[in-house]
Amino acid sequence: MLANLHPYFIAAIGGILIGLASWLLWWGLGRIAGVSSITAEVLSAPGNPDTWRWAFLAGLIVGGCLLGQGLEIPSLPTRPLSLLIPAGLLVGFGTVWGSGCTSGHGVCGLGRMSLRSLVAVLTFMAAGMITVTLMRGAA
Amino acid sequence: MSTSPLANANLSPSPHRAGRLGLAFSAGLVFAAGLVLSGMTQPLKVLGFLDITAVTQGPFPGLWDPTLAFVMGGAVCVTLLAFAWTQRMTQTPVFANAFHAPAVSQIDWPLVGGAALFGVGWGLAGYCPGPALAAALLSVDALIFTAAMLVGMLICKSFLRQN
Repeated sequence: MLANLHPYFIAAIGGILIGLASWLLWWGLGRIAGVSSITAEVLSAPGNPDTWRWAFLAGLIVGGCLLGQGLEIPSLPTRPLSLLIPAGLLVGFGTVWGSGCTSGHGVCGLGRMSLRSLVAVLTFMAAGMITVTLMRGAA
Repeated sequence: MSTSPLANANLSPSPHRAGRLGLAFSAGLVFAAGLVLSGMTQPLKVLGFLDITAVTQGPFPGLWDPTLAFVMGGAVCVTLLAFAWTQRMTQTPVFANAFHAPAVSQIDWPLVGGAALFGVGWGLAGYCPGPALAAALLSVDALIFTAAMLVGMLICKSFLRQN
């Protein structure tokens, strides 16, 4: 069924699910579904008795694993450590320092009409685009 | 996961423990479903979006892949409506005593500097935190990135604690 739909339409449906999941956490728990903030919080206080963060991350990881197997993801050969490690360090450091990522600032922050989040989104989008352009030039 | 959830049951600040955990787990599942369905767990789709100069290669959108814009557009349409509706219709969350809106509103250097560093890392590998975690058990590529990301988060946390 999905195969007959335009890929952009499927992408928008996926986006709607992400928006609904973010709203669910706000409506139910009064919490922002910011993946970087939630992850950093469980890392720095793993024994916090309010375990909703662990439950959210478990859903995300288990869901990604089960559903990702069903869809045929074009297999990506593992890229060099010299690329993956600096990239991961930058994403981890930057999202904690900037208080959010694509979900917290992007999906939730823009939905809450936060100017702070809009500035963050425009900044990381621009930085990502410049990086890809420079990498393309270097390749 | 270093402590048993049962051992902490009596310390829980909320009376709605089962509801909270069930809802948070479900939200994580639906979030993952959205990421997988929209292709965002595939870093090449994300890099194809960030490769904005490819838009000049041929008739619009050229070799540029606008998929991520549709994902973000769909998600933000829902949150714009749903957050406004929630603010209007409900006083407290279903399973909590209060809404925890971010308290900070000023635009400062940590915000812009952090977002810029994040953007560079995002542009290098094509993973942001959500998709990286959702793909971590399926690909070694995502797993290595995720491990480095967790280290980066810890480094920043300790850096912030010292200052």
